[in-house]
Amino acid sequence: MSPEKRTVGFYVLAVFFTLFVLFLYGPLSAILILSFQGETGGLTFPLNGVSLHWFANLFERQAVGDFGGSFKRSLVLGVMVMIVTVVVSLLAGLAFRQKFRGATALFYLAVASLVVPSIIISLGIGVVFQQIGFRPAWYTSAFGAHLTWTLPFGVLIMFAVFNRFSPAYEEAARDLGATSWQTFAHVVLPMIAPSLIGVGLFGFTLSYDEFARTLMTSGTFNTLPLEIYGMTTNVTTPVLYALGTVTTVFSFLVILATLGAILYVGRRRARA
Amino acid sequence: MTVALDRPAIAAAAKPARRRRFAFGGVTPYLQSAPLALILSAFLLLPIIMIVVVSFWDYDFAAMYPDFLTTNYSDVLGSWVTWKTYLNTIKFAAIVWALTLCIGFWVAYFLAFHIRTTAMQMVLFLVCTVPFLTSNIIRMISWIPVLGRNGLINSTLVHLGLVPKPIEWLLYSEFAVVLAMVHLYTLFMVTPIFNTLMRIDRSLVEAARDAGASGWQVLWNVIIPLAKPGMAIGTIFVVTLVMADFSTVQVMSGGQSASVALMMKNQMSLLQYPAAAANAVVLLVLVLLIVAGILRIVDIRKEL
Repeated sequence: MSPEKRTVGFYVLAVFFTLFVLFLYGPLSAILILSFQGETGGLTFPLNGVSLHWFANLFERQAVGDFGGSFKRSLVLGVMVMIVTVVVSLLAGLAFRQKFRGATALFYLAVASLVVPSIIISLGIGVVFQQIGFRPAWYTSAFGAHLTWTLPFGVLIMFAVFNRFSPAYEEAARDLGATSWQTFAHVVLPMIAPSLIGVGLFGFTLSYDEFARTLMTSGTFNTLPLEIYGMTTNVTTPVLYALGTVTTVFSFLVILATLGAILYVGRRRARA
Repeated sequence: MTVALDRPAIAAAAKPARRRRFAFGGVTPYLQSAPLALILSAFLLLPIIMIVVVSFWDYDFAAMYPDFLTTNYSDVLGSWVTWKTYLNTIKFAAIVWALTLCIGFWVAYFLAFHIRTTAMQMVLFLVCTVPFLTSNIIRMISWIPVLGRNGLINSTLVHLGLVPKPIEWLLYSEFAVVLAMVHLYTLFMVTPIFNTLMRIDRSLVEAARDAGASGWQVLWNVIIPLAKPGMAIGTIFVVTLVMADFSTVQVMSGGQSASVALMMKNQMSLLQYPAAAANAVVLLVLVLLIVAGILRIVDIRKEL
């Protein structure tokens, strides 16, 4: 296929793809630009000067609710969800390599977790906590609600990884006298490390951005997406865009750091 | 050929060794899968069971009372408003599904068959994936300065003299809802389709060409049939996400349109939990029926 000449189809699709990328990033960049709106500027173009006024506004506690607090909660929750997602998905992935009773049921339960509408999970967990007499909080009920969204992704990724994983490496290690733990720690784990980092990224970002599942389960204190959602209805200044810019830049940094980590691990393995 | 012959031999030799490793009691897989089973039981199964139970309870403005009433269901199924809301939700699902499938397939096809180096493929695929990892709500809000009354599109059109006054239906309309949903969910279609396209054996395409098939025939008779599992998985994602959506509908329609989940959310904010629960059961049954129908066509475990 490779030495062929580019066809008309290629150029048509290339234009289509470019439009798609513009469609994805265009509105996001509009927000980015408008967050630097001047003090007298409004929610739309044109820019009335350039300033950092709205970013400063963001950090004044009264102006837009509790931005700092909700950001901190979302961050901690994201890290909690990430750690649990990585560990539990890895264990489940290892389990699914063997046949065990209930494997199919558990697999479909994970798939169900992906397809059950988020608001139903939110409502259900809210009602369960209410009936048991527990107070919902972002670190208990919302934590569990987020896991029902991140775990299926993690499990499916690990499932795919182990589907392609040849047992020959482990057998070689064992033939050389490695114990099961040594085989796991020195052979299996380094090989799947990039995928595990990917699962971690999914766990963190899906939780950090999750909204519908947090709605009924966050308790007294808001997470960041809830805070932003509240703002969409009552904030009519570009401070909303400033918040959007800050959180998006943060997401991009997390993604970049993760990609860097994956590349680093891959390169170190290639050298070894 | 020797490789193909050797493989079963290796597999056969590998089996006893593998079995021996886990011979020390078959408990390992149970222990390994226990955390997942526990978490999903506590935060998925139990809440759903609770919703089913509560959907039969009585309630007033202050609290819920254990009971066995079917009035919540007759209220849901007997009201014309509910039926209209369900139809509206299904309409959104159908339109968004058709659009995301079209866009998603061509994007995935371009990446898989027209980009020649793996590195470039990965870079472009990442470009498509990154927005998916940022906040949905921010991505929704980002349409406001573009579509609004004084937004980019309207001011450009007015400036060019193409329309006399700003178009009102761009923002806070069903059009805006569909646009935002396509914007949010197309990636869920691109990824699984791209995954299946990448696994198509390129020699099949060459064989079809050698046998005299035109480009369209290759596409229609070879590639699309082989891409169906990816399309099915993407469909599961997009349809379930749209059926569950309330924030996009609320923000982008400006309160002028309704969806089942939005109706549930409103009932919840009025503390009418049993009514919301009855709605939840109906919605859940509907979604699970759709997914079960799609799973009859495709075996997910084989596609991973």
